[in-house]
Amino acid sequence: MKTTYREAMRAAIREAMTRDDRVFLMGEDVGRYGGCFAVSLGLLEEFGPERIRDTPLSESGFVGAGIGAALGGMRPIVEIMTVNFSLLALDQIMNNAATLRHMSGGQFSVPLVIRMTPGAGRQLAAQHSHSLEGWYAHIPGLRILTPSTLEDARGMLWTALQDPDPVLIFEHGSLYNVAGEIADDAGAVDIDTAAVRRSGRDVSLITYGGTLQITLDAAEPLAQEGIDAEVFDLRTLRPLDDAAILATVARTHRAVIVDEGWRSGSISAEVSARITESAFFDLDAPVGRVCSVDSAAALRQAPGTGRTPLRRPRRRRGPGGGGHPWVTS
Amino acid sequence: MIDEFTARRVTADPERARHLLLQMLRARRFEEKCVELYSAAKIRGFMHVYIGEEAVAAGVMAALEPEDAVLAIYREHGHALLRGVLAGAILAEMYGYEQGCCRGRGGSMHLFDAATRFYGGNAIVAGGLPLAVGLALADKMAGRDRVTVCFFGEGAVAEGEFHESINLAALWQLPVLFRCENNLYAMGTALGRSESQTDIALKAAAYEVPAWPVDGMDVLAVEETARRAVHMVRAGGGPHFLELSTYRFRAHSMYDPERYREKAEVATWLERDPIDLLRAALEAAGELPAKTWAAVQGEVDSEVQAAVEFAKAGTPEPVEDLTRFLYTERGPK
Ligand SMILES: Cc1ncc(C[n+]2csc(CCOP(=O)(O)OP(=O)(O)O)c2C)c(N)n1
Ligand SMILES: [Mg+2]
Repeated sequence: MKTTYREAMRAAIREAMTRDDRVFLMGEDVGRYGGCFAVSLGLLEEFGPERIRDTPLSESGFVGAGIGAALGGMRPIVEIMTVNFSLLALDQIMNNAATLRHMSGGQFSVPLVIRMTPGAGRQLAAQHSHSLEGWYAHIPGLRILTPSTLEDARGMLWTALQDPDPVLIFEHGSLYNVAGEIADDAGAVDIDTAAVRRSGRDVSLITYGGTLQITLDAAEPLAQEGIDAEVFDLRTLRPLDDAAILATVARTHRAVIVDEGWRSGSISAEVSARITESAFFDLDAPVGRVCSVDSAAALRQAPGTGRTPLRRPRRRRGPGGGGHPWVTS
Repeated sequence: MIDEFTARRVTADPERARHLLLQMLRARRFEEKCVELYSAAKIRGFMHVYIGEEAVAAGVMAALEPEDAVLAIYREHGHALLRGVLAGAILAEMYGYEQGCCRGRGGSMHLFDAATRFYGGNAIVAGGLPLAVGLALADKMAGRDRVTVCFFGEGAVAEGEFHESINLAALWQLPVLFRCENNLYAMGTALGRSESQTDIALKAAAYEVPAWPVDGMDVLAVEETARRAVHMVRAGGGPHFLELSTYRFRAHSMYDPERYREKAEVATWLERDPIDLLRAALEAAGELPAKTWAAVQGEVDSEVQAAVEFAKAGTPEPVEDLTRFLYTERGPK
């Protein structure tokens, strides 16, 4: 059947609410307004204001309340409008959600799902353009999901709700309107493994979330130049699927990581480090990265691309033989 | 001098008064032992004692049911103890031993106990308030008539999470009892130096939450108001707020040279020691014969001594277990 990423997310929420009474959705403007990205549009009418719960502008308060409700036996889905505002709830996410189970010696767990939108989608300037999923992936105790396909948008939520620990789902803002076909019976998917989205022999383009499609698009002109790229979707940023990452590198012997986050201290740096630590002798060339420039986003700084602050790939000859042009930033 | 009102309250229910005296003394003696053990380097980490403030925890715990939930801050040995966590498990926790109530992972500031629904032990000022709102939300949505009690210091009142939480609880009419322990200082910052409006109950009232200031050195008053407030909350009356005025007799933590307050001020408050006040009232009423008082003390001393023995015999969790419980163990895929 035909669907969009937005509709797939909504179907996932609807299914979870229907299957489990303990599930409810709360966040700013999720009810009357229909969700700031219209994901929850219509759900208030279907489930009522108790379970589609509008909150005041109190990110720390309602995220913490979500944690408390999870401790109290509910299965809350907390929506934070965008990742930018999640910084006001960082204390709750880091100091409570991520630590309570460990700190209590396993007595309490926090079965909470937090959804939020990252990314510099539409030239929204410095305070509305963050890609902090890699930051969150730095925190032990959390699980970080980045659905990039319709199937994952449809299927990750239910599995996340079955997880007894806190899960953060990052829905890149540019994906909501992506339309396509999905199986009529599409449902829960695993949240443990990475996925190869395009098989190739010459280089692994490793990415996730909002940059998957861009990377798939980039593989086409590369193919015309005789470079057969494998496009690899991390899907889960914490814990990383190390085995799959090492396996793709073992197949292609080259890796480029595409990540909308800032370059320094990013998830791309972590993936790169793991490759060099564990697959160094499989590599024919240094790992490359395509990341956001280490700068605050500006309203209009990338003429021509107009979409994201990703630096346009520069080309240079890769060191270490092979003779393929190398993409780096 | 025992005022007539106090005398009447003690005589009205001497049993209850003696129970409260025992509870306060348990917390006091336990804390004194903690200080001693800290000085002997048996206890590590940050430690904050509750000496002087015992009436606040003793009064409210007496008003709770086992299925209610309790949250506190990092100065929570007394709360945990009076809620029913075993003294030995608390002390072993402070030693950093596996036999502690959290396997020695959190120590003094992070006591948790599922059996008594004790949710910490939170070392982020005001960090526990949103959790209390959520626990109460879960109860309300599930139609349970449980109460969540949340203790915090007056320092928390300046934090955004205080305001966000009180507002949410009021907006959604949740069964939470907020208990502000106003001991006049947040570390070295006196209330008047951190708040433009120092009437804390008034702030809660501004969110349409019924709020009262209570003399936190008068355990009978604390218990009485707690009982009423808990009853109102359980009956569906929405959140309630009590501001307990109290004083910590000791330094903020074990590293505090107390440069910010006068000795004379401390001395004035020492005259209102909640344990001495109640003991004197009971004695004046003839309800605490020397033999009874000696028995109470003996009972408390043996509990503390047994806790020390239990903690001393503990063992640290093996270092390989450090990452255990970070995530829930899953069965094979
Ligand atoms: C958010 C935060 N800021 C600062 C601190 C450092 N700190 C620890 S205790 C404390 C004072 C808190 O005072 P109050 O809330 O009145 O509680 P009391 O110690 O008096 O019981 C401060 C500033 C902290 N733990 N958390
Ligand atoms: Mg204080």
